[in-house]
Amino acid sequence: MQPNILIASLLFALTAPALADGEAGTIKISRGDATIVRDGGTLPAAVGRPVLVSDQIVTGDRGAVGITLRDNTRLTAGPNTTLDLNTFSFDTTTHEGAVDASVTRGSLSVISGKIAKASPDAVRFNTPTVTLGVRGTEFIIEVDEQEGSE
Amino acid sequence: MEVLLAPLFAIYLMIVYSAPPEPEPPAVTDTIVLLPDDDGNVGKVIVTSAAGEQTLDTAYATVDVKEGGTLDTRTETEDSVNERFGALLTAKPPEPRSFIVNFETGSSDKLTPASQQIITEMQAFLSDRPAPEITVIGHTDRVGSDEDNDALSMARAETVRQLIEASGVEALKMEATGRGEREPVVATADKVSEPRNRRVEINIR
Repeated sequence: MQPNILIASLLFALTAPALADGEAGTIKISRGDATIVRDGGTLPAAVGRPVLVSDQIVTGDRGAVGITLRDNTRLTAGPNTTLDLNTFSFDTTTHEGAVDASVTRGSLSVISGKIAKASPDAVRFNTPTVTLGVRGTEFIIEVDEQEGSE
Repeated sequence: MEVLLAPLFAIYLMIVYSAPPEPEPPAVTDTIVLLPDDDGNVGKVIVTSAAGEQTLDTAYATVDVKEGGTLDTRTETEDSVNERFGALLTAKPPEPRSFIVNFETGSSDKLTPASQQIITEMQAFLSDRPAPEITVIGHTDRVGSDEDNDALSMARAETVRQLIEASGVEALKMEATGRGEREPVVATADKVSEPRNRRVEINIR
């Protein structure tokens, strides 16, 4: 097993810079109160601003944010929403990659992109209670805010 | 006011106290709705919780997730979804779109007149798009090795990227990439020359 792990880490080290420059997508639509939480600070979620891996999108009462990822996946956060982009990688030549995002509050619309076609098992959306696997599709997730312990 | 409120309050108490004492049903924590895409196609979503798994594969099929992870399926309608999720759905980014251009026969740097026209038309298209990003994607036919076709498709894309840049088209971002022979528009056997597969796609998102 050791040589395999070594080769795997070496391959990862070689391909990582090309795949994971951290830039996952771009904000295309921004309404109302909408911010990006990044490295502990907050930025306005303005149209044209890049969305990076590990960014959190937070919207208020009348807020909404539409993001197009580099593989043409479209994510829209509705009002009063918290969305975390946990993972994104995309190889523009092979279309291999991964998407993982969580919504802990509010609503999220997803229109899957090129990664879902090439590597469907690498596309995951989560809420605190469920995990969603995707086979080339458009859908909505709504999460009621949880109060206190269950 | 007090005269009016007193009987109302009495009625309210009656309703509250006449309700049979039954346990509260488990609250719905999440709702997942499968939608048809812009072309009317319906894909598939697999919802998994601690208590089970449900697959949605028809338009407006819905799962209600209840406390404890129970998954209940039902069906929404286009109207009910628009009413409930209007603020969400009207903020969707526009659908990405592709334009296809071809080189003159035997040329690796001169576009056909029709393709040059497409680049001119793109300018108007881009001006209506929020923060447009362009990916120029080269494609080859199946003549030659995979490696050679990867390099060739990348070179074609880079040529078109430079032509677009020189034509004054403005975008937030522009990159070139090659898909080699992985994505033919016409399926062929290996080593078959097929001009329709030798193309450059300009994807705008």
